[in-house]
Amino acid sequence: MRRITLPLALGGGLTLLLVATAFLSLAWTPEAPARVRIALRLKAPLVSGLFGTDHFGRDVLSLLMAGAWNSLAVAVPAVLAGAALGVALGCLAASLRGLFDEIAMRVLDVVFAFPAVLSAVLLAAILGPGPVSAMVAIAVFNVPVFARVARGVALQVFSTDYVAAARTLGKRPVRVAVEDVLPNIAGALIVQLTIQLALAILTEAGLSYLGLGVRPPDPSWGRMLADSQTYLAQAPHLAIAPGLAIALAVLGLNLLGDGLRDALDPRLRERI
Amino acid sequence: MLRLLAFRLLSLLLTLAAVSAVIFVVLEVLPGDPAAVMLGTAAREDTLAALRLQLGLDRPALERYLLWVGGLVRGDLGTSITYQLPVSTLVAERLWVTIPLSLLAILVSTLLALPLGVLAAANRGGWVDRGVLVFSQVGVAVPNFWIGLLFILLFSSTLGWLPAGGFPGWGAGWGAGLKALLLPALALALPQAAVLTRVTRSSMLEVVGADHVRTARAKGVGRAGLLARHVVPNALIPVTTILGLQLSFFVGGAVLVENVFNLPGLGRLAYQALAQRDLVVIKDVVLLLAALVIVVNALVDLSYLLLDPRLRRRA
Repeated sequence: MRRITLPLALGGGLTLLLVATAFLSLAWTPEAPARVRIALRLKAPLVSGLFGTDHFGRDVLSLLMAGAWNSLAVAVPAVLAGAALGVALGCLAASLRGLFDEIAMRVLDVVFAFPAVLSAVLLAAILGPGPVSAMVAIAVFNVPVFARVARGVALQVFSTDYVAAARTLGKRPVRVAVEDVLPNIAGALIVQLTIQLALAILTEAGLSYLGLGVRPPDPSWGRMLADSQTYLAQAPHLAIAPGLAIALAVLGLNLLGDGLRDALDPRLRERI
Repeated sequence: MLRLLAFRLLSLLLTLAAVSAVIFVVLEVLPGDPAAVMLGTAAREDTLAALRLQLGLDRPALERYLLWVGGLVRGDLGTSITYQLPVSTLVAERLWVTIPLSLLAILVSTLLALPLGVLAAANRGGWVDRGVLVFSQVGVAVPNFWIGLLFILLFSSTLGWLPAGGFPGWGAGWGAGLKALLLPALALALPQAAVLTRVTRSSMLEVVGADHVRTARAKGVGRAGLLARHVVPNALIPVTTILGLQLSFFVGGAVLVENVFNLPGLGRLAYQALAQRDLVVIKDVVLLLAALVIVVNALVDLSYLLLDPRLRRRA
């Protein structure tokens, strides 16, 4: 492990803040996020609450805090599900090789080229818009990413002598994947998870902006930005805070991913 | 070379067939009764039956799929239930917004990213490099629709320089049309430019360290000649790949940005069709957008043959 770099420290700090805020919001927020106070509507920051109030007089800081939880509640399960499926597929393709590998990888290329927003539109058309459609769309988009990471490493591991020996002695490919491949990709996987989580938060915000993600009255950063557009001239602060929250969360996770990559494998530093 | 082209074309057609089949299955087979999806649970049985007849749902799924694809090939996209217009008419109008918007965004993003990436790599470790790295980290993190909102706040609400949204149509003149697309294209381009800058920078650095560049330098090629003849052309190959892959983000981003700026493009059409549960339009628009991404990626694949003579010889 190299010494702690600036990206690692900054990214770690921001990510910690994000996760802590999300958990804190479950126990405490300055106001109840859903509490409507028409008398206090569209108040500027510091006039009512740290970040002001929205068109229903709800406290923006409290909405942001609850939004952190809702954002992670969609992004984390979606990325984990996509990663699990992707790693399994990647390992399977690497161990079977041949036609299965060829077809699986071509199919995954196509899935990767399919924009997550379009999958979300398709799913929303049949499931109805909501967090489940958003999660499935984000998960689907993540499968090819993780499949490629896993397949690359798995191919290397499968071609090593010790794995060849183990396989000759009757060790099954599934056990090889779990015992030999997984530990070898753990580092790359953690880095990829962090970066994909950042992308998932960005996507979730976009989907919620379109009304395809977290449903009102549950607060979400994307939804807050959509609502702010109506009051852009009267209450510009409503358009600033949620965007900053998204940008800081994504920046933090990206920096953390980069920092971890540097720390875990200095050779990868210059690559993307 | 010809065999390679034929192979690529075949794989492209297979891919498009597979994507259309998936879209068809998701929208028309999985829900059981698409008519019920479109009309909601409160619909009367005779209305449902009428819509089923209009959509041809009494026929088997395979036949409907073949009819749909056959129509697509002839340019007949079916009739929108909510607009009561041929989908091809709806799409044709909106293509004139989405395609110029995407092209403008790709142009801006490339014009921004290539010089910045080259500049950063040429001054590796210096303050220019650091500034560019900070720009790219921040740029990647900022959602495009938020940039759009901030642009509206700054350039329309506060300064009043550019329209806050809407599209006057190309009939109003090139200037007015481009003016309406400028802010949306910038919002769409900035995050992607950030990604592309990073790729350009690292690709440049990789090539600068290569043997052939050291040889050229040893032979006395000057700095400018080195960059122009030996480094940049080689560094462009990974940049093209990423640009192709980014297209999927441009298309996804267009759906968002068109909604921020109220632009009558394909993305907004898909969104409106979703709100109206017009499955006919959703099916066509999603396929068109996906096909756009897939076809352009295939073209990018082929463009390597132009950019990299080594691949041509191998082929």
